[in-house]
Amino acid sequence: MTVLKALMISLILLTFCSKLSATVITEVKVLDGNKAWLVEEHSIPFVTLEIRFKGGATLDRVGKRGSVYFMSALLNEGADDLDASAFAKEMERLAVELDFNVYQDSLSISFKFLTENKSASINLLKKALTKPRFEEEPFERVRDQILSILKSNAKDPRKIASKVFFENVFGSHPYGSMKDGNLESILSLSREDILNAYEDTFNRNQIFISAVGDIKPNELRDLVNEVIEKIPAHSNKVIDQATYKFPEGNTVIDFDTPQSVTIFGHDGIKRTDKDFFSAYVLTHILGGSGFGSRLMTELREKNGLTYGVSAYLASWEKADLILGQFASSNNTVMEAIGIVRKEWAALADRGVTADELQDAKTFLTGAYPLRFDGNSRIARILVGMQTQGLPMDYIHTRNAKVNAVTMEDIRRVSARILKEENLYFVIVGRPTS
Amino acid sequence: MSASYSQSVREQSKHYVKNTFWLMLVSPMYSLRTLGLVLVLFFNSPLEGNASEKVTTFKLDNGLQVVVIEDHRAPVVVNMIWYKVGAADEKMGKSGVAHFLEHLLFKATNKLQSGEFSQIVGKLGGSDNAFTSWDYTAYYQRVSRDYLDLMMELEADRMKNINLTKLDIEVERKVVLEERSQRTDSNPGSLFAEQRRAAMYLNHPYGIPIIGWRHEIEQLNLEDTLAFYSEYYSPSSAIVIVAGDVTPTEVKELAIKHYGALKPNVDFKERRRNIEPPHLAERRIVFEDKRVSQPYVIRTYLAEERNSGDQKKAAIYTVLAELLGGNETTSVLGKALQIDTKKALYTSAFYTGLSHDISNFGLVIVPTEGTTLEQAEVDLDTVIKNFINDGVDEKQLQRIKAQIRASEIYAMDDVFGRARSYGVALTSQLSIEDVKEWPKLLSEVSSEQVLEIARTLEDKKNAVTGWYTKLPKNEDR
Repeated sequence: MTVLKALMISLILLTFCSKLSATVITEVKVLDGNKAWLVEEHSIPFVTLEIRFKGGATLDRVGKRGSVYFMSALLNEGADDLDASAFAKEMERLAVELDFNVYQDSLSISFKFLTENKSASINLLKKALTKPRFEEEPFERVRDQILSILKSNAKDPRKIASKVFFENVFGSHPYGSMKDGNLESILSLSREDILNAYEDTFNRNQIFISAVGDIKPNELRDLVNEVIEKIPAHSNKVIDQATYKFPEGNTVIDFDTPQSVTIFGHDGIKRTDKDFFSAYVLTHILGGSGFGSRLMTELREKNGLTYGVSAYLASWEKADLILGQFASSNNTVMEAIGIVRKEWAALADRGVTADELQDAKTFLTGAYPLRFDGNSRIARILVGMQTQGLPMDYIHTRNAKVNAVTMEDIRRVSARILKEENLYFVIVGRPTS
Repeated sequence: MSASYSQSVREQSKHYVKNTFWLMLVSPMYSLRTLGLVLVLFFNSPLEGNASEKVTTFKLDNGLQVVVIEDHRAPVVVNMIWYKVGAADEKMGKSGVAHFLEHLLFKATNKLQSGEFSQIVGKLGGSDNAFTSWDYTAYYQRVSRDYLDLMMELEADRMKNINLTKLDIEVERKVVLEERSQRTDSNPGSLFAEQRRAAMYLNHPYGIPIIGWRHEIEQLNLEDTLAFYSEYYSPSSAIVIVAGDVTPTEVKELAIKHYGALKPNVDFKERRRNIEPPHLAERRIVFEDKRVSQPYVIRTYLAEERNSGDQKKAAIYTVLAELLGGNETTSVLGKALQIDTKKALYTSAFYTGLSHDISNFGLVIVPTEGTTLEQAEVDLDTVIKNFINDGVDEKQLQRIKAQIRASEIYAMDDVFGRARSYGVALTSQLSIEDVKEWPKLLSEVSSEQVLEIARTLEDKKNAVTGWYTKLPKNEDR
């Protein structure tokens, strides 16, 4: 042990997390018993508003894959009295930032506006969300862009690997295809399909809202109500739980490239499982971000087989996986896969060391408060907590849950969830063994 | 706005730049120690300064410059060190050594074991990474404010005390080759960008790739690396930037404690790179690759960078890029080619002002299906010609200036981004005053000035026009 290491350990014991006390969340009641979570921050004259609708790309109707994604791309292409050009000019004049993103399970709206332009900015957002025009002009233009992207994806080894992996694992469930659709589905979509996607997605029963910035609770309530009162509330469409199967062995997709890309995984664990936090800590030790994980140490630091490797829990609404990925030269990728399998089995058999567990806990608990810097970052965390059904005080209890994980928990959970024999690899490239 | 296009192409490149996929093709390509940690931190904002923000700077006796950016909203600090050395300072035949050394600074020092630096940061809940460009090599940690003292101690340690082995060199060289495979060789767009830069610079070392040419990376050795290290890693060629919940007084105290005793490299000379000769011949390159799906045309011109006390021309270039290609729906290129005539799927104009030496201004057109690249290039040139004849839409100019003012406010939210912006500016030979003056210069740009620069785009002698295309059909197997 070096001098610095000793110093460092003494430092760790001194600090823990009283740091989040600065983040005070106010619950603002809005229409229909919905709630917006607000953190006031008046030192910079702007506001970040985050809105999520649960559902996302899984709401695509049968044969209409990509319709929700396509619809979201048209939301800032004209609304109410403004055509695409007038809408864009109004965004520029007010200097707002408005982004839409579609994921398998949700549609997200990120909106930033200046305090000085508050009411005009909200008025513009309201138009986009409640009176989109979906006119022919942007429709065909954006469709051509999506088609171009889909064709490019078909030649991108990473995209190919994802596509094949999820197709083979999830089959006909929406998780088994890419959220942005395919050439046939996008070509077949009509304005009516886009309207259907809009109606299916914009459901006040599925809305989650957070705001951070230069705004008071009462003002936020009024602004949010103004935006959402015209969004209808309807019963939720039922999305099937995904069933999955992991083919045995590896799937190799031939692609002429110097370096193979691989995506791998097997089934995981639910966010609500009592062992979730143990699994989270375990997965961090196995393949967590940055350096020091077992996979990164073995593949990169010791053997120079990759630039980066990671493994993580993908606990979605309708399925739970452990996923991982890396790229390695064609002549080393099979060796690297062998090492991943070996590490997976070793962790399942023997668990982790007490030092590894302690290091993981100090990292995860120390990193958590650091996430709360910046209005936009905080707003995203808050809305994410709401969609996962976490209570407001979660930010104060979360670290205790991490710290409560014991060696015994890790042993039990690693034996339960890590199954080397089930690991399925999709490899895109020209691997040689 | 064509959100779908830029959003979804953005996904492919979220580790590189925030704005658009296409910017990745043209903006400085940072080479990083690892991709995972940076996410949205790297993007080109036209604006980094703010006249009212609390920025303090001072120098230690050994020449080390220290910059403190105060932001007390969260008990977090970003600790950065910027060395005024990058890929454009490498000796001929040793491309990639600056970036290779960046990777190796995470190995052992006299005090630390290999990998221990990141382990320590990780155990404190912090994150760390490093990045290299042509003009700088930078290292940072993001930690709780309580650990600034330790971070500075570690950073000062590795400025002088690395302790590399032959095995470190061998393993890390493989990692860098895998990095090159992943980020360049597996990506035809990156290969094209590399070729275009090489064609752009006739004499200046900006023409070499940051990560290095593969055959030269393969030959990098311990001796080359250590020679580069001892020449450039010194307090007199470094800038420490601390941003977050700190005061200048405490940072000064810590800087003196940890860096104060380090000796400057007395032999170090202010860097001076080869200068570009006049460009007398237009250059055109055609890049064909069977992995290409969507062809496009991109042209870059040599363009004056921001210089200390002399940033007016750069301000005009910045506004010109916004007018021509800042927004897909309202910009000159977007409106004419994407909206009105449907000749293009995507267009953009871009300019990189932060650069030590001469920089680039560029134009891109991604044609719709059925339009040849030849026709696309004609379309692009026609729109520029019309712009020069018709003049600037004053309303558009006003909207752009409103956005520039707003981006000043939005930029305040991102502590890391502000620290990074100062680092890039200061290693490009700008001063804090230059950075603070920049928004004002942008707001003063007039239509006449914009048109004067726009007219120079018709002369292609100092430009490289690149066609990015599929293989001819019969060869595409």
